[in-house]
Amino acid sequence: MYVAVKGGERAIDNAHAWLAEERRGDVAVPELSVAQIREQLALAVNRVMAEGSLYDPDLAALAIKQARGDLIEAIFLIRAYRTTLPRFGGSNPIETEDMTCDRRVSATFKDAPGGQILGPTFDYTHRLIDFKLAADGDVGTAPASTPSPIATPHIMSFLDREDLIQKEPAGADIPDDLTRTPLELPANRALRLQSLARGDEGFLLGLAYSTQRGYARNHAFVAELRIGAVAVEMDIPELGFAIEVGEITVTECETVNQFQGSKSQPPQFTRGYGLVFGMTERKAISMALVDRALRWKELGEDNVGAPAQDEEFVLYHSDNIQATGFLEHIKLPHYVDFQSELELIRKLRSEAQENINREVSE
Amino acid sequence: MMSDPNAERKGWLSLLAKSPAADVARYWEALDLAPDHTVLRSPEIGGVMVRGRAGAVGAAFNLGEMTVTRASVKLSDGTVGHGYVQGRSKDHALQAALVDALMQTDAADTVDRCLLAPLRKTITDQKTTRAAKAAATKVDFFTMVRGED
Repeated sequence: MYVAVKGGERAIDNAHAWLAEERRGDVAVPELSVAQIREQLALAVNRVMAEGSLYDPDLAALAIKQARGDLIEAIFLIRAYRTTLPRFGGSNPIETEDMTCDRRVSATFKDAPGGQILGPTFDYTHRLIDFKLAADGDVGTAPASTPSPIATPHIMSFLDREDLIQKEPAGADIPDDLTRTPLELPANRALRLQSLARGDEGFLLGLAYSTQRGYARNHAFVAELRIGAVAVEMDIPELGFAIEVGEITVTECETVNQFQGSKSQPPQFTRGYGLVFGMTERKAISMALVDRALRWKELGEDNVGAPAQDEEFVLYHSDNIQATGFLEHIKLPHYVDFQSELELIRKLRSEAQENINREVSE
Repeated sequence: MMSDPNAERKGWLSLLAKSPAADVARYWEALDLAPDHTVLRSPEIGGVMVRGRAGAVGAAFNLGEMTVTRASVKLSDGTVGHGYVQGRSKDHALQAALVDALMQTDAADTVDRCLLAPLRKTITDQKTTRAAKAAATKVDFFTMVRGED
């Protein structure tokens, strides 16, 4: 018999009221504005946009405020909001070649045309706590220089010209969309990339690291990492032509990986790809390494049984909202489930005890 | 090669989409035009699925969505204007649609001078400033000569 249990409304209301109070913290400390979060915690905002799979810095900043800085909770809020939006359409693929690069580095070619641009990076900082930031510190203006008129073509295109790099196959004009149809396996590369682009940074970082440590090692070099603004263009039916509907910042990572060849084909390098909303380079590099590991079948490699090669393992566990939804539900009331377990174990124990008693008396 | 007959309109629509809502509102109010119009499509907030390409050159894939707001208006002379702008500002979309309509009328010169030109300048200035800062972080390599003769 199932007995519905009601009650707890007052406790829930009061818990939420207390949550609101705790969110605000000490009222003697000035309240954070959404604009402050957007401007000063920009990398948190970027992560929420990337994994929330919705580019809107103001909304992501608001979600971070509401979630008290719990980024997965903020991502959850963004995902929920996203589902309420009517879909106006799909953009033309963004042209990362035309990116206005804030940052662009290559680990493979020192003298890449267009140069190595470090941008606002943590690299080469000493990772020492800067106590000056604890005081109100004015920041000076960053030095400026004359922008180079030289274009910044993709570094991979130079390898492509010599046929040293594997060609990327073409695909459907309108790619499959896992937000519209449930993800089924085996997934094509478009679906894998969509899934990785919104996957949990920590999970992908761990998987990518595992490939570097030898679990499906694929010897990745970062051929190019670029961060900057790109226009998003979409066909507008009522106009009959495409316009730019906005501009977004993305991070793109292209890796060049160990080569392969066969009797009919001379050796060629292979490639992995990462593309993520915002300035999110740890995630983009991780994505490229995992993308490359997942391509083992298409590239004719052996499945060595490594986690990063296992499409089902990777794609079904990289979504932190699915994961946290299932994980956290076990803390919610399971009184009836547990009651049946309790009855079962009591029954088993009493039967076992009877057997023991019988054996002792015999 | 034929030039794109829609290039100009595409240009101002793209500019309106990318400009901050507050800037568009400020220049729009300063214009003080208030043209007679009917709203064909009330401002509506929605999402656009942004696509990328595998390896930057291969098959298209869905990267994630962005927020976009759209609206359409018709001026009393029948001219129709559409606005598609980044973000969630309904005023921004409506103002973009009105500007799009007016740019097809005799008011085009005024609107271009007082609204589009300053918006263009803001975007260009911002881009130039960032590009100049990026340029200052460009690495100049030099090679140490090693004494191996």
